[in-house]
Amino acid sequence: MTTLTPAVSADDHAEGPADAPVTLVEYGDYECPYCGAAYPVVKAVQRAMGDRLRFVFRNFPITESHPHAGHAAEFAEAAARIGRFWEAHDLLYQHQDALDDASLISYGAKIGLDRSAVVAAFGGEQDDRIRRDFRGGLRSGVNGTPTFFINGRRYDGERDVQSMVDALNDAAR
Amino acid sequence: MSAEPAAAPPSALQPGQPAPDFTLPSTPDQQLSLSDLKGHPVILAFFPADWSPVCGDQMSLYNEVLPEFRRYGAQLVGISTDGVWCHAAFAEQRHLHFPLLADFEPKGEVARRYGVYRVHEGTSERALFVIDASGLIHWSFVSPVGLNPGADGILNALDTLVEAPQETGVHP
Repeated sequence: MTTLTPAVSADDHAEGPADAPVTLVEYGDYECPYCGAAYPVVKAVQRAMGDRLRFVFRNFPITESHPHAGHAAEFAEAAARIGRFWEAHDLLYQHQDALDDASLISYGAKIGLDRSAVVAAFGGEQDDRIRRDFRGGLRSGVNGTPTFFINGRRYDGERDVQSMVDALNDAAR
Repeated sequence: MSAEPAAAPPSALQPGQPAPDFTLPSTPDQQLSLSDLKGHPVILAFFPADWSPVCGDQMSLYNEVLPEFRRYGAQLVGISTDGVWCHAAFAEQRHLHFPLLADFEPKGEVARRYGVYRVHEGTSERALFVIDASGLIHWSFVSPVGLNPGADGILNALDTLVEAPQETGVHP
């Protein structure tokens, strides 16, 4: 099955209007190089689509391969608790080469996230959420990162800006 | 002169059939038998080769899903025609926490018995079997060789096999 389960809801981290004609969901890992490569592509896709696109990010950390991915996801979820998820998300993908704990704490300082909140997240405070994302990804047929879904269907096409914009426009019709 | 009929494509063992027992090396000095695992569901993941990019992703993914498989009491076993030292290096580099069996001598013998040997390549198919606690095949799936089949099929099969999974889970 390659259909998104569960569907996008108000619990998700989303950018763009909830009633946008097309929703792009990414299952990603903050330390995954392929996700890092996709990051500027998604930004460009968002610029090209404007208000016609809602973008949702869900956690899919492959922690045995990427030792910092777990803490990075915990950091982003802690930032979400103070309404700064996307700032955290951007900082992580812009600094994929420095995702150690000290760096994460310093990124927290930039977005108003206390050291204590970051440390609590490292202790597992946000892990239920991350686990829920991960399990949903498994059930939806995520087989690696990044995996994208367009209006709930897995997108297996090319991951360049034009291909993705074309696919999103097709889905929006 | 009549040509030999083309060999029938191998067909994977199907649900309801008994899973053939086997004993294969899991490390340079240890062996694992399927019958050792009786009493629990077993996930047999045949894959073509250590180190090839798709396999690596598939095994790394399953490694991450182990806590989820454990909720069903299921044991995951990877099998390829690579030798034990190759498996050892691969498992160490990817931090794999499940056994990789070497179907190396006689080459591909176990893959042949499960109907998933690729004679031309000398490797197995990318094939999944979920075996129930009594040793019957409950579900099988052969993926296109270049495509990581993910874990959803396995989890769905385990769902229909195990009434109530344990409420522990994936720890990110």
